[in-house]
Amino acid sequence: MRNFIQFLYRGMVVILITFFLLIPFATPAEAAPVELPPLPYDYDALAPFIDAETMQFHHDKHHAAYISKLNEALEKHTSLQNQSTEALLKDLSQVPEDVRKTIQNNGGGHLNHSMFWQIMKPQGGGTPTGALAEAINQTFGSFESFQEQFNQAGLGQFGSGWVWLVSNPQGQLQIISTANQDSPLMQGLYPVMGNDVWEHAYYLSYRNRRADYLSNWWNVVNWPEIEKRYAAAQA
Amino acid sequence: MPFTQAPLPYDFGALEAHNMSAKTFEFHFGKHHAAYVTNLNNLVKDTPMADMSLEDVIKASYGDASKAGIFNNAAQVWNHSFFWNSMKSGGGGAPTGDLAAKIDSDFGSFDAFKEAFKTAAATQFGSGWAWLVLENGTLKVTKTPNAENPLVHGQKPLLTLDVWEHAYYLDFQNRRPDFITNFLDQLVNWDFAAQNMAA
Repeated sequence: MRNFIQFLYRGMVVILITFFLLIPFATPAEAAPVELPPLPYDYDALAPFIDAETMQFHHDKHHAAYISKLNEALEKHTSLQNQSTEALLKDLSQVPEDVRKTIQNNGGGHLNHSMFWQIMKPQGGGTPTGALAEAINQTFGSFESFQEQFNQAGLGQFGSGWVWLVSNPQGQLQIISTANQDSPLMQGLYPVMGNDVWEHAYYLSYRNRRADYLSNWWNVVNWPEIEKRYAAAQA
Repeated sequence: MPFTQAPLPYDFGALEAHNMSAKTFEFHFGKHHAAYVTNLNNLVKDTPMADMSLEDVIKASYGDASKAGIFNNAAQVWNHSFFWNSMKSGGGGAPTGDLAAKIDSDFGSFDAFKEAFKTAAATQFGSGWAWLVLENGTLKVTKTPNAENPLVHGQKPLLTLDVWEHAYYLDFQNRRPDFITNFLDQLVNWDFAAQNMAA
């Protein structure tokens, strides 16, 4: 009898564990409400290149605000909740007009920042390796020339926006900049890496000196993560 | 140097009691505004535009992709000068006289104007400006992205608020709505707006 109860008990535990393990797969990857992904390191982890206060406002306030506005828009159209933010941005024409701009801005804001936290890390920097290093050399001549072109594009983005290294549908690398929170996905381009040149990304430390921010930013770049993104884009 | 930066109509610290720090003006006037003037002069050097008025440069370069840099810098030179004058120590509150009557008649009430202005300034996504303008004899609230301004839309600007993040980030960080309310409550130079309407 005792063994039987133990057997039942174990069986239930197994069922419960299986149930909880399956939950993430039972719902679409990004069904509303979209949640703020935690910063993968401490606020001060990227100092002195990006200060803790900037990280705190940038993640806890700016990114959080994009998510709450995105969720507000998704609540108006429950059919959109079954699609990932990526899918919505890739084809904004299928998004109802009354929330299209809101999703472009805030869905973009959410995705761009989610990527941004991942492609930075403490003790980052250095140079890429492997296939990405090769592709950068082939496309831009050298890593230094790539950095210079990327910095120039970031400096030339007038007003708020982003500078990107993207992979185009032919698998080739390109540097582009986009206004505001426009994602490269909107143009059919995959964002391999991007730097945020909204003033909120650097104003507390760098003030008007965007060029200094752009050149210091390379010290926190997470190349292993970017190499993974590049590999995913080529797959 | 054909284009010059008009002096700030008050000291860097003049609006500190109204939550706009001297530090903000040091950078906003001393660096951002000054850089637009320098860039503009470099871009128009030895071209016919160097001898045109600032307003004419703005109108002539607007919408011309090959002159985007000239437009952005010229309009930002103009916008910032207009913005400095749109504020004063001990400003804010409600306008009087003809402007007050016109606001009541065109917006329904002063509160309705304030709501429209707050919404425009808060919803300008990314960098840009909020404006009170006169268009075909009617007052309107508008918003423009980046450097764009009412001069290129045939409107007469009366008042503006800069909502680029550099305008408020040192004093208000992400709280743009607080910056807007502070402007309306404590900073608006209604005399300047009234003069522009009468001009």
